[in-house]
Amino acid sequence: MLHSPALITSGDIGLAVAFWVLAGIAIASALSVILVRSMFRAAIFLVLTFFGIAGLYVTLEADFIAVVQVLIYAGAISILLIFAVLFTKDVNRGSTFNKTALLSFLIASLVFVSMVITALTTNWTISAEAAPATTIGALAGALFNRYVLPFEIVGLLLLAAIIGALVLVREK
Amino acid sequence: MVIGLEHYVILSSLLFCIGLFGALSKRNAVMILMSLELMFNGVNIAMVAFSRYITPVLLTGHIFALFIIVVAAAEVALALGIIVALYRTRESVDVEEAASMRG
Repeated sequence: MLHSPALITSGDIGLAVAFWVLAGIAIASALSVILVRSMFRAAIFLVLTFFGIAGLYVTLEADFIAVVQVLIYAGAISILLIFAVLFTKDVNRGSTFNKTALLSFLIASLVFVSMVITALTTNWTISAEAAPATTIGALAGALFNRYVLPFEIVGLLLLAAIIGALVLVREK
Repeated sequence: MVIGLEHYVILSSLLFCIGLFGALSKRNAVMILMSLELMFNGVNIAMVAFSRYITPVLLTGHIFALFIIVVAAAEVALALGIIVALYRTRESVDVEEAASMRG
């Protein structure tokens, strides 16, 4: 997809349309997560954000990550979060700002502006190679050869998290 | 207009900063958790975009994104446990009311 501007194909236009639509969905629903007062609606908008991001992974030719995003984020993590939402007393109006909201907004905008300036001024070394048609085989090869130690450690981390969560919620 | 790496990086920083704002400014512990998830997702988009445009064959960013998703899942499970414990002791998930450790 890395042609010079003179060689814009219909695939590029389709990709651009998909990017802008999905980016719009993701950003609008992410803003809604923060701004709506209802906790439950915030959780539903969060699921919409996760689906938009899964679509963005498809535009980045990351098929396996897109599927994992839908399965783990839009499936498992959002169910856990909705479960947590039901613990709050005031679900309909529970999402309120604290006293430092203005300061937080300033900090977040400052971080955003600095990251945008960095992204625009850095001279990225864009590779001209084409992405593989499917990433699953290559990912499995990398995961079980080069990254096998982090893979095992992350399994231990999950085990520790399960035990920790069980200990935390156990009735005394 | 051809979509490039910068578009994805700016989109990911925007999502990250929306999440950062929420994490810093919300009173409800569950909302802070949701904002953290937005930040994780912003980082993941940057990882996959760098992988697509800089190392398309090695897929290093995909590996990073997978590990971030696993760590995020572990974090949500633990945070939910902490929220349940907090709710049991204080009947509330407002982090301002849970500031008794403050000096």
